[in-house]
This record gives sequence, structure tokens and C-alpha cells, in this order.
Amino acid sequence: MIQINITKPLHTSDGIIDLVVNKEIQNSDFLTLFGKSGSGKTTLLRIIAGLEVPQNGTIIVDDAVWFDSRQKINLPPQKRNVGFVFQDYALFPNMTVRQNLEFALKDQSDTKKVDEILAIMEIGNLAKMKPEHLSGGQKQRVALARTLMTNPKILLLDEPLSALDSAMRLKLQDELHEIHKRFGITSILVSHDISEVFRLSNRVFKISLGQITDDGRPSEVFANQQISGKFKVVGEVLSIKKSDIIYIVEVLSHNEIIKVTAVKGDIEGLNIGDKILLSSKAFNPIITMI
Amino acid sequence: MDATFFQTMKLTFELAGITTLILLCIGIPLGYYLSQTKSKFKPVVETIVSMPLVLPPSVLGFYLLLAFSPKNSFGAWLDETFGLRLVFSFEGLIVASIIFSLPFMVHPIQSGFSALGKSLQEASFILGKSKFQTLWHVLLPNIKPSLLTGAVITFAHTVGEFGVVLMIGGNIKDETRVASIAIYDEVEALNYDLANQYAFTLFIISFAILLFVYAVNKSMVKSEFR
Repeated sequence: MIQINITKPLHTSDGIIDLVVNKEIQNSDFLTLFGKSGSGKTTLLRIIAGLEVPQNGTIIVDDAVWFDSRQKINLPPQKRNVGFVFQDYALFPNMTVRQNLEFALKDQSDTKKVDEILAIMEIGNLAKMKPEHLSGGQKQRVALARTLMTNPKILLLDEPLSALDSAMRLKLQDELHEIHKRFGITSILVSHDISEVFRLSNRVFKISLGQITDDGRPSEVFANQQISGKFKVVGEVLSIKKSDIIYIVEVLSHNEIIKVTAVKGDIEGLNIGDKILLSSKAFNPIITMI
Repeated sequence: MDATFFQTMKLTFELAGITTLILLCIGIPLGYYLSQTKSKFKPVVETIVSMPLVLPPSVLGFYLLLAFSPKNSFGAWLDETFGLRLVFSFEGLIVASIIFSLPFMVHPIQSGFSALGKSLQEASFILGKSKFQTLWHVLLPNIKPSLLTGAVITFAHTVGEFGVVLMIGGNIKDETRVASIAIYDEVEALNYDLANQYAFTLFIISFAILLFVYAVNKSMVKSEFR
């Protein structure tokens, strides 16, 4: 279990705000930190990794004190046994894929481990290549593979899929899910993609201006509580067109465009690009075998 | 070509080679520190490192001459403690060259480290590697072109140095008379042929070194990122 109780001032475009976190995260949770950029989610991730120092508070992981401002304890990143996947992947350009993985080994002669991880991540064919010649998705896989080499207790993912196209995103989301299941690593993901949150995590913190405003399962945090919907889709508004007395709203969800009708009250305050939750209470689904 | 000519050239390249080696050892930690630090003293350190760029060599040479003189306390202390006389000696030339060429080594290395971005270093720390392991295995191999640039510019700059050398080294044969001083000396004595011999040799060697650097740097950049 990770117990975090910290504060840290953040310098943002809105001035100085305080990041305040007082939460417990269960082992094997897949937690997403969701919020706008500048809200403090990446800083929280970096604080857990030991790359940034909170002003006050404590971080306790399975009874081990990682940080305590009163006792002046601050475990360096080298001793925290976390895995961190950076937004820019941070693969070492001077090393091949295999050397990148070998570098992470504590015992340099443990080549079996390298082969094992290469096989699990299906990147054995890339072993001799330098990062420069890999595609975004391949780099992402190598970065993930490298973090697994140290058997981390906690996997920290800083918007790892944001630079990829949507097809590759979906594929890697599945792989992340698979890895989380297989290794049972407590994972914390920074994301501002609602569909990613729904697909991957069992818990989400909604962060706004340094404060955690919501905490719960994705469906609890994002769904409007009054709707007893049985069918929900998350998507992005592509267009709003007037058609006689109603409006047609086009919504992009998982690579598919859904057209729905709306009345004037529904579209008030709705803008193109907004993330929305579509839900339906009573409808006639057409079921087709494929 | 006589023995004096070879002796002078040997001295010139010895001075440049030793200066470059010592400056590599100083420039790497100093460039690393400057690329990392958020200390309020950073502008002060940067200013001191960059001073030789704007200072006339004769000014620097004059103050070094005063400082190293056995008549002054620092020079006397060096003389008594280490038996080191830095005025009008080869050792003095090395110290002066190191100070004078400091920015030419530190600047490329510092900007090389800065351009790498901090995530490579942070990734290495999280993988459990120490600062030294990170510097040696991750950072330095990825700034090879900067290291080469720093080393070559320092070397070439030291070969071509005149003002500082003249002030602190004088013109002592086999001890402090380097090629650039020799050219001046021969021209003064109206020995244009000999002056030309020195000048032309420096010209050819400088050209060859630069050509080598560009060729190597090109292939290094290519193979590094293959």
C-alpha cells in the first residue's frame, strides 16, 4: 500500500498553487491521474519516483518510509524500486535495444532475463537496433520492457501513449492492461484521455489546480450520478449541426463516429472538442452475429 | 629544416596536447555542474569561465605574470611549497593556456549536456544507476561530438596562442618559444623564409585537424544513431 500525504507549491500559468495529496493507493491498483495540464498530475508522479521533493509530508510504501520531511528522510530514486515510462521514452540513443535492457540489470550477466523480457514484449526482432530507428509504438514497447527489467514495485506512466496514433494507442492500452494483470504491479498512469481511463484503470483521481476533486472508479467519477444508464460511451464532440427543430451531434468514440440527436437544452454549453459521456436508458439495440 | 624548427613545433604541440588533456578533465565536471545547477552562483561561475573570451590576452597574461611572480605572495608560496616557478617556464605556459582556453572546452560540453534533456539522466537514476555510472555510460557517450569539438577547438586555440604566451613565457628556446612566437621572432629578424616555414606548417596542420574533425564527427553522428 502507498500512503501519500504531501504538499508542494507548483508554479503554473495561473500563479502559484499548492499540490495537496492525502491518499492511500492499494497494491495492484491501476490508478489514473486525470486532469488538465498544469494541474499537478505529472508532479505527483515525479514526487513518487523521487525526482521531485515535496515541501512537507510523508510517503510510506508497504511500511517503508520513502519520504518524511520531519525526519529529513528522502530516499533517492535509485533506491525506490519504481519503473518510470517517460513521455519522450528516454531510451539511451547510444545503446541498442538489447543494451538498453541490459543496462537496467543489477547483475550484468543475467542475459536470460533480457531474453525473457524481449520475448514477453515481442521485441526480440528489434534487439540489435538503435532507438533512432524505431517507430513510436516500438520505442514505447522498449521503454516499457526496460522498466520491467528491475522488477519494479510501482509502475509510473507519464502520458506514455499521448504521442501515438489512435490505432497504436488502442493496441498498447491492451498491452499495458495485459502487463498489469501478468505482473500485478501497482500502476499509476497520467492521462487526459477519458477512454484510456475507462479501458485501463480501476481507480481514478481527478486533479484540478493541485487538488484531488474526485476519487473513485472511472464510471463513478465521470458518469453523471443521476443517470441510471445501462449503456455508456465516452467520446469527443466533432460537430453540432442544426436540422429542423433538432440538432445532430457527431461524436467520435474509439475510432467510430456516432451520430445522435439532441434538443436545444442538450447542446447548451457544449463545444466542439468537448469530452462527453453518451448514455441511453431505453433503446432498441439491434444485435447482429458477426 | 633544422633541429630548432622541430624542437619548436614539438614544444608547441606538447603544450597544446597537455592543455587539451587537462582541460578535458576539468571541462567535463565543470560543464556537467553548469548544466545541472540551479544555484544562484551559476552566473558568477559562468562569467569567470567566459572571461578569457572577452579579455585581451595581454591583460590576462599581465595579471598571471604578477600572480605567478616569486616576488608576490602566491608565486612565492608556489615556489616554496612545490618548488614551482610558473613565470617564464613551460609549466607556467600550461597553467596560463588552461585558464585562457577554459571557455573553449567548457561551452561545448555544457551545451552538449543541456541539449540531452533531463529525462535520460532521470531514467538512468530510476534504473538504480549512480551519478557516475550515468555520466560514464549514458551522458558522455551521447555528447561525443561536443567532446570532440571542445577538444579540437582547445587544441587549435592553444597552438595559435600568442599574447598570453609572450607575457608569461617570454621567448626562451626549448622552454617557452612556441611556433606563433617563433613566427613573430623570425619576421622581426627579417628571416621571412623561416617565418614562412612555421606559418605554412601551422596552416597545413590546422587544416588537416579540422578536416579530420569534420570527417569523424560526421561519421560519428551517423553511426551513433544508426
